[in-house]
Amino acid sequence: MKRFTAWRRRPWAGYAVVLAALAAIGVIYAGFSPQSDRAEAANATQAAADLKNGQQLFNQNCASCHGLNAEGTKDAKGNPIAPSLLGVGAASVDFQVSTGRMPAMNPGAQMPRKEPIPAFDTSIRTDYAEPEKREAAEKQKAQAEKNLADLREYVTSLGGGPAVPPAGAVDPKGGDAALGGKLFRTNCAQCHSFVGSGGALTGGKYAPPLDKSDVTPTQIYEAMLTGPQAMPVFNDTTLTPKDKQAIIAYVVQTREEPNPGGNGLGRIGPVSEGLVGWLVGIGLLVLAAMWITAKKPKKLKKS
Amino acid sequence: MSEASAPKAVEGPLNFLDDRLGSTTFFKRNMKKVFPDHWSFMLGEIALYCFIILLLTGTFLTLWFHPSMNEVHYDGSYTKLTGVKMSEAYASTLHISFDVRGGLLMRQIHHWAAILFMASILAHMLRVFFTGAYRKPRELNWLIGLGMFTLGMLEGLFGYSLPDDLLSGTGLRITQGVLESIPVVGTYGYMFLFGGEFPEGEYGDIIPRLFTLHILLIPGLILGLVTAHMMIMWHQKHTAMPTQKQTETQVYGYPFYPVFMAKTGAYFLFTFGVLALLGAFAQINPIWLFGPYDPGAISSASQPDWYMGVLEGSLRIMPNWEITAWGHTLSLNVLIPALVPLGIVFGGAGAWPFVEQWVTGDKRHHHVNDRPRNAPVRTGVGMAAVTFYGLLWLAGANDVLAERFHLSLFATTWFFRFAVFVGPVLAYIITKRVCLGLQRKDADVLGHGVESGVILMSPDGEFTERHEPARPEERTVLLSKERAKEQPPATDANGIPAPGSKGPMGYVRSRLNRAWTFDDIPVEEHGHGDHDGHDDGHTIEGGKEPKQISH
Amino acid sequence: MSETNDTAGSQEPREDGTPRERVVGTPSPAADSALLAKEEYPAPAGAGEELDERSAKRAERVVASLFLLAFAASVGFIVYFIGWSGRDGGMHGIHRARESNLWLGGLMALSFMAMAIGVTIWVRRLMSSKPIVQERHELEATPEDRAAFSAAFMEGAADSGITKRPLLRRTLLLAAAPLGLAPLVLLRDLGPLPEKRLRHTYWGEAVKAAKEKGRTGVRLVVDGTNKPLKVSDFASPGAMITVLPEGIEENAHHALNEIAKAVTILINVPADQFKPAKGRENWHVNGIVAYSKICTHVGCPAALYEQTTHHILCPCHQSTFDATDAAKVVFGPAARPLPQLPLSVEDGYLVATADFPEPIGPSFWERG
Repeated sequence: MKRFTAWRRRPWAGYAVVLAALAAIGVIYAGFSPQSDRAEAANATQAAADLKNGQQLFNQNCASCHGLNAEGTKDAKGNPIAPSLLGVGAASVDFQVSTGRMPAMNPGAQMPRKEPIPAFDTSIRTDYAEPEKREAAEKQKAQAEKNLADLREYVTSLGGGPAVPPAGAVDPKGGDAALGGKLFRTNCAQCHSFVGSGGALTGGKYAPPLDKSDVTPTQIYEAMLTGPQAMPVFNDTTLTPKDKQAIIAYVVQTREEPNPGGNGLGRIGPVSEGLVGWLVGIGLLVLAAMWITAKKPKKLKKS
Repeated sequence: MSEASAPKAVEGPLNFLDDRLGSTTFFKRNMKKVFPDHWSFMLGEIALYCFIILLLTGTFLTLWFHPSMNEVHYDGSYTKLTGVKMSEAYASTLHISFDVRGGLLMRQIHHWAAILFMASILAHMLRVFFTGAYRKPRELNWLIGLGMFTLGMLEGLFGYSLPDDLLSGTGLRITQGVLESIPVVGTYGYMFLFGGEFPEGEYGDIIPRLFTLHILLIPGLILGLVTAHMMIMWHQKHTAMPTQKQTETQVYGYPFYPVFMAKTGAYFLFTFGVLALLGAFAQINPIWLFGPYDPGAISSASQPDWYMGVLEGSLRIMPNWEITAWGHTLSLNVLIPALVPLGIVFGGAGAWPFVEQWVTGDKRHHHVNDRPRNAPVRTGVGMAAVTFYGLLWLAGANDVLAERFHLSLFATTWFFRFAVFVGPVLAYIITKRVCLGLQRKDADVLGHGVESGVILMSPDGEFTERHEPARPEERTVLLSKERAKEQPPATDANGIPAPGSKGPMGYVRSRLNRAWTFDDIPVEEHGHGDHDGHDDGHTIEGGKEPKQISH
Repeated sequence: MSETNDTAGSQEPREDGTPRERVVGTPSPAADSALLAKEEYPAPAGAGEELDERSAKRAERVVASLFLLAFAASVGFIVYFIGWSGRDGGMHGIHRARESNLWLGGLMALSFMAMAIGVTIWVRRLMSSKPIVQERHELEATPEDRAAFSAAFMEGAADSGITKRPLLRRTLLLAAAPLGLAPLVLLRDLGPLPEKRLRHTYWGEAVKAAKEKGRTGVRLVVDGTNKPLKVSDFASPGAMITVLPEGIEENAHHALNEIAKAVTILINVPADQFKPAKGRENWHVNGIVAYSKICTHVGCPAALYEQTTHHILCPCHQSTFDATDAAKVVFGPAARPLPQLPLSVEDGYLVATADFPEPIGPSFWERG
C-alpha cells in the first residue's frame, strides 16, 4: 500500500493513470464495439498516440505555469499565477492557443492577442507558387492543426468542458443578423463597442477589437462560451447556439460592410469625428483664410 | 468710380428699389466700406456660412424625417435591421440615408456643419478674447456671441437626439439623469420635458418636442442673434490688428465692393467645399451601426459631440458626493459637474469685459486690437481657461484614451481630477512669463534695433554684428503696446479716499489692478516720452469720472 | 500656397509657416529679413492700380479654367443624379448609398472648391482695388443730443400723463402681471406629476400578478430572446446576462418606459466570494445575483461585468460597483450601490420575489 501511495505521488503518475484509463476505454470500446475490427483497434492506438502528443505539447508549453496536472499555480503569497485548466474544455484551449494568447509570454494586466507559436500556428500561408514550398507549408499547417487538436483532446481528457463548436454552428450565413444586433448591443457592445472596435476596462485591461478579420467566427463563439480572462461567460443554455450564431452573423456582416459615408474614422464614434472636424475642417478653412487675406503678390503690378 | 453708368439690368432694379425705399443712399455710403484684412478675422465667417448651410441641408432633411416615436418594424433596404423594432424617427433616418439619393450626403454635411459651426465659434471667440477685441464698445457683440454658442450647444444636443439611435438615446438618458438631480423641481422638469417617463412618456412626446425646438425655436433665436451680431459689427466697423495704418480713428483695408465681397464669397465657397469634402469622404454619425435605441443596451465609447464633451468629462471625473438629509437627496456628484465648470467658463467669459474695465479703469473705445503679449494677465487667464476646458474635454474621452494608449482607466480619471486644478494655474504662470519675455524682446528690438546678420570687423580685430533700426511698420506694431497704468494712490494729497477705492470692493479692485499692472516691460523708443503718439489725446486718469452713457 | 514672403506688419504666423517668434535672448537668424526695412507700396485712397497685362492674362486663363472645371463638376453632379444614380429602380441599400455619396459629394466638393480657388485667384491677381483708409465715426451722440432726447422723453411722459396719474400706471401694471403668468399655466400639461412613478418598476407589478396566481414570483427572461432562465441554465461561474420580467413587452402599459426601469443584470458570481448584504442572505441563488442595470449616477445601463475582478462598470462615466459585495461603489461618480432584486427558485426557474427595495436609477430630490 505504501509503495503504491509513493508511486501515486510521482509527477508522471497522473498521466500514467489517464493513459491507462484511456487505453482501458479504448480496449473496452474496441471490445464492445459491434464492428470491432482491426481498423477500430488501429484507431484506438492512434487516439492514444494523439493524446500522448497532446500531453507532450502540454508539458512543453503549458505546464510551467498551469502545473503538470493543469491544476493551476500560485505564487508565494497564494495569489494565483495561472488558473486551473481542469474542466475548461476544448473550446477554451482552442480559443486561447489559436489566438496566440497562450502560451503567454509576459504575464501583464491582460494577455494580448498575438501570432500563435509555430507549433500551433494554423494560419500560416500556403499559397506559395513553388510546389516544394507549398507542400512544406501545407505539411506544417496540417501538423499545427493536429497539434492543436491533440492538445485540446488532452486538456479535455483531464476534466471535460465545453467542446469546440462545429463549423455549421458558427457559419455567419446561417445567423439572423437582426436578432444578433439586438443581442450584441445588449450583451457585448458595453465592452466591445457598437461595431466591435473594442473598449477600455479597468486596470489597463481592455476588450479586444472584433472588427479585424483575423478574429474567426469560431473564436467569437468560443469566447462567448468560455469567457476568457475578464469576459463574462455566455453559456449555451443562456444564449443558445442559435443566438450565438446570430451574434456572429451580426459581427461578421458589420465588419465586412463598407462605410457608405466615406472613411469610417475608426468607427469609434464622436471622438474621432470631433478631432477630424477640428484638425481637417478648421485646419483647411484656416489655410484658406490665410491664403485669401495674404498680401497680394507684388510681381503682378506694373512697375 | 468711373463715369460709365451701370448696365440696365442693374440700374433698373436699383432704381425700382430706390424709388420706394431710398436705398441707393445706403448702398452708396456702404459699398466702399473698409474691411481690414487678417486671416483670423475670417473665423467668425466660417460659423456664419456653416449656419446658412445648416439651414439649407436641415430643410432638405425635414422633407423626409418623421419626428415620431411610433414603433415600427423596419422593412427597408438596410437588410441587417430587417424586422427590428424601432421608432419611426430612426426608420426615417435610415430611409434618408439609404433610399433618398443625396440624403446621406446631406445628413453628413449637416452634421459636419454643426461640428464646424461650434468649432469656428469657439475659435472666433478665442481670437476675440486674446486680441482684446471684446473691449468697449464691443461688449454687446461678445455677449451675443456667447449666447449663440450656448444656444448652439442646445441645438446640437437636440439635433443629435432626433434620430433616436442608441447613442442619442443614451445622451437623452443622461440628460434625464442630470435633470432629475436638480433640487426640488428636478423630477417635475423631467416629467414635463418627456411628457411622462423616459423615454416615451405618455404619448411619445420627446422627439416631436425636440424636433420643434431644433428646427424652429432655437434656429430662429440664433438667426435673430446672428443678424444683430452682423448689424452691430457693420455699424461699429471691424477691429483691426495694430499695424501702421490702423489707428483708433481710422480703419485701413479693402473696400467692401468689390474686393471684400469677392473674398467673403470665395470663403463661403471654401466653407461649402470643405463641408462637401468631409461629407463625401468622412463618415459621420453612422446611426445604422449604432442601432435603434434600446433602454437595456449600451455601447462603450458612448460620447456626445465635441462641444458637449466638457460636460461629459466633468461628470466622469467628479467624486461621488451625495447628501441625503431630512428625507431629501442632493446629488452633488451630478449637480456640480453639470453647473460649475461651464458656469465658470461662460460666466467668467460674459463678465470679463466688465471686470477688466472695472479693474483697469479703462473706459475708452478700442478699435485697434491688443497683441496678446501686451496683456499678459488677460492672455494668461485665457490660456488657463483653455487648459481647464481642454482638460475636461479630454476627460470626456478618457475611455478612448485609455483604450488607444493602453492606460489604466482609473489612473486617467485620477490624473484629470488633479490636472483640472493644477493645469490652469501652470498655464497662467507659463503664459504670463512667455508674454513678458516677448515684451522684453520687443523692447530690445526698439532699443537696439534688429540684428542684420552683417558682421563687422573693427580696426582692432573685434567682430560685431551691425544692428539696424526696425522698419517703421514693424516699429508701429511694437509701439502699439501701452504702458500698463497703475491706479493713482488710494488717497489724494488731502487724505480723501479716491472714488472707487473705498470699502472692501475698492480694496479688491486695487489689488486686482496691481496684479494687472505689476509685471510690465516698457516697450518704447528711447528719449521719446512715456507714451507713443496716438493715444495721447485719450489718456485717462484712474480717478477721473469715467465717461458713461446715461439713459 | 505662399506667393509672397511679405508679411509686413503681421504678427501672426506667416503663410509659409515659418515660426516667427524666437526664444527670448537668442540671436536673430540673419536671414530673418521681415523686420528689416523694405519698400512698401503706397496706399492712398483711390482707384485701382495697373496690372501687368501678361500675368493678368495668365491668371485670367487659370481662373476661367477653374470655373469651367466647376461647371463640369456641377453638370457631372446633375448627370450622375439623373442618369446614373437612379438605375435599376433607384438607390437602395448600403452599396449604392456609398457609391452615390462618393459621386455626389465628390463632384459637389470639386465644384465648390474649384469656384472658391478661382474667385480667390481672381481677387488676388486681377482685382486692382487698392487698400483704402476710412474714418471711424464716433459712436456716441453728443451731450447736447443726449440732453435733447432726455428732455423730449420726459416731455412725452408728462404729456401722456403716466407720471401724473399713478393710478393709471399701477392698474396697468396690475393688468399686465397675470398675462405674463398665463403662458406658464398653459405649460402645466406638458407632463404628469412625478407622484410615485420613480419609486417602483414593473417587477413589482409582475410579482404581484404572479403571487395572485399562487406563484412565488415572476420568471426572469433573457432580454432579446425572451427565454425564461432555469437555475441550471445559468450555472456557469462568471456568467452574465441581461434579463427582464416575463411578459413585460406584452402586458406593460408603456413597454419601453417600463423596460427602461426594469432592465436588470443577472450575474453568476463565485459563491465562495459572494458576501450577501445583511438581510439579503436569501436574495441570491448559489451566487446568482441580480442588480438593476440602470446606473445610480445618471442612468446609463451599467453593464460592463469583469468576471476576474467581479466589477460592474458603467461605460458612460465609469462608475464601478462590486458584484460580490451588494454592488457597492468601488470607484467613479456614482454615490449609491445598484439596487438588488430578490431572487428565488420555483420549478427550477429563477424568479424574482419582489420589486427592487429602493428606487432605481439616478438620485432625485424626493428620493430621500
